[in-house]
Amino acid sequence: MYQYDRFDHQMVRERVAQFRGQVARRLNGELTEDEFKPLRLRNGVYLQLHAYMLRVAIPYGLLASRQLRKLAHIARRYDKGYGHFSTRQNIQYNWPRLDEVPDILAELAEVEMHTIQTSGNCIRNTTADHLAGVAVDEIEDPRPYCELVRQWSTFHPEFNWLPRKFKIAISGGAQDRAALAYHDIGLRLVKNDAGEIGFEVMVGGGLGRTPMIAKTIREFLPKQHLLSYLEAILRVYNMLGRRDNIFKARIKILVHEHGIEKIRELVEADWEATRDGALALRDEDIAGFKAFFAPPPYETLPANDSGLAQQLESDPAFARWHGNAVIAHRVPGYAAVDISLKTGVQAPGDVTDDQMDAIADLADRYSFGQIRVNHRQNLLFADVRQSDLHALWQALVDLDLATPNNGKLTDIISCPGMDFCSLATARSIPVALDLQRRFEDLDHLYDLGDLTLNISGCINACAHHHAGNIGILGVNKKGEELYQLLLGGSSRNDASIGAITGPGFAPDAIVGAVEDVLAVYLERREGPEETFLEVYRRLGDQPFKERLYG
Amino acid sequence: MDKILKDGVLIDNEWTDVTGYEALSSLPSGDIVVPLDQWLEHRADLVKRNSRLGVRLRNDEDPARLADDLGRIALVVLEFPSFGDGRALSQANLLRRRLGFEGEIRATGDVQRDQMNDMRRCGVDAFAVRPDRDALAAAEAFDDFTYSYQPTADGRLPISRIRRGDA
Repeated sequence: MYQYDRFDHQMVRERVAQFRGQVARRLNGELTEDEFKPLRLRNGVYLQLHAYMLRVAIPYGLLASRQLRKLAHIARRYDKGYGHFSTRQNIQYNWPRLDEVPDILAELAEVEMHTIQTSGNCIRNTTADHLAGVAVDEIEDPRPYCELVRQWSTFHPEFNWLPRKFKIAISGGAQDRAALAYHDIGLRLVKNDAGEIGFEVMVGGGLGRTPMIAKTIREFLPKQHLLSYLEAILRVYNMLGRRDNIFKARIKILVHEHGIEKIRELVEADWEATRDGALALRDEDIAGFKAFFAPPPYETLPANDSGLAQQLESDPAFARWHGNAVIAHRVPGYAAVDISLKTGVQAPGDVTDDQMDAIADLADRYSFGQIRVNHRQNLLFADVRQSDLHALWQALVDLDLATPNNGKLTDIISCPGMDFCSLATARSIPVALDLQRRFEDLDHLYDLGDLTLNISGCINACAHHHAGNIGILGVNKKGEELYQLLLGGSSRNDASIGAITGPGFAPDAIVGAVEDVLAVYLERREGPEETFLEVYRRLGDQPFKERLYG
Repeated sequence: MDKILKDGVLIDNEWTDVTGYEALSSLPSGDIVVPLDQWLEHRADLVKRNSRLGVRLRNDEDPARLADDLGRIALVVLEFPSFGDGRALSQANLLRRRLGFEGEIRATGDVQRDQMNDMRRCGVDAFAVRPDRDALAAAEAFDDFTYSYQPTADGRLPISRIRRGDA
């Protein structure tokens, strides 16, 4: 993985010193809260319902075991013993004290981590496909480009005060696993007719109160122009993006109001002036970044481990977990392993300090000391020998981290909701836990097939409820929490925005409504292979509405 | 007289902003700053004055409209209506790096310590710091960071070039 050099180290150290000074100036009254707010946000510090919240970047979702141990230490020493993984490859702490945040940042800097630009109207953490480097369908590893974008976007002076936040994601597989279509810029590594690899550039996607799917602004961008092209898009956005209304300030609105053709014209005109300038990447620059992400020292192993076959035969619980959590790997004899943080006990995405330490130890033993964080709020070991899977599974069972619900209904994406968040209008976590209890039976869960379910506690859509096959949106109507149901969303290659079924449901009725929807699915599917999303797309929403409201 | 932070020291502002003057004949003597529209309309007459000339850009105006005139202008005044509005950062960058403007670029409006380093890195070299703030203390922000990841207008070599051994 990427290793900081002296320049990177100095950057984060100086950032800590800068923020320490800003906090001091806030505490002595030199800065008003209005003035301090954008500064603390640029360091990941939010003011929530009960306390400050600190968001730490996990660039493109990659963690070394020593970094995860540091995150555990911070949870233990400065927080209440847990952290929450978000949908954008960050971890959030819900109870830090403002005067201790500079110390937390200094601790993070020791292990090459930071909170830089994890909030505020600037370029946020660049996210990636969590199977980068190991996916069977990969065209090229996106992580070297993510790191290039991370460095280019860090303290970019021209784009530090944008109309609104700006999120970039990069995916390297034939299948999109990074929700590109819902990012301000989505970059998909593609191969053109000449066999060259470059980027398809998409712009103007987003969720929130106006969900939109990104549009392709350029079918093929040669790699050496990655940064200059991003800069051209950001410049057009910085100068023309709306600043009169916070709800119309994202680039998706600019693209929508002007049309993708006009935005393309402006971006390409700006880019023409800079494309061969100082930002052009040379082959050796790219090669240098690629070297950081060279494959680990894999052993030469048989494609199918014979011991594993026996274990699968003799241990049904292991076999069930294996069938769900183990993902194919491009290297013979290896597998990737999903570690579900949807235990039904803790809030989705939550993990305790002790679990983090234990996961770090397991990563050292079984996966070259690295851990991935995915956009579904789960963790992943990318490089596990097939012969180690049974031992790893047993260790995960002991940690309550072996719930085999990867990609199933109870693998719920949820925001923190009104239990923590000052923006939320309804609670999310209790609904998630209710659903997980109701669909605890694994045979029933598996019968429902692959299914994504996302719960947001307000229209800001942090849990991407429009992008779930089933989405739940908590709203507040005259002091009562109500839950609207959306059907038909997807964040994959076939991205689509879910549609609201109708009036919302009371807290004690929303789980029943989900059950009604799934009953229709089971009745109407043409076979177990037809997924919920396929049935919904075939039938439309009418049969579901009839069951819900008829 | 209001003060301008430039090259690390506070100097008196010697420029008169003539926004709002209606007739050219009534303009005061000395160095003047005119709004872009007025400049474009009257530049043939304005250049006959025996003074330096500056142009004020609103932050929604395209600096490329000054492309042919930059040799005749000694100052471009940019506006930061609030510290969260970074449009003029792009204007400064375009003036310096694309249009090659070598005169003074002055930041006005809500100019404060925690935004000034970004301004400077985009090419601003004179700061009308908010009068209720200590301008010299604010200038300490210029020392916050030793290096830069990006090629920018302040002339520092970006880290990528230092890594190549260009420094």
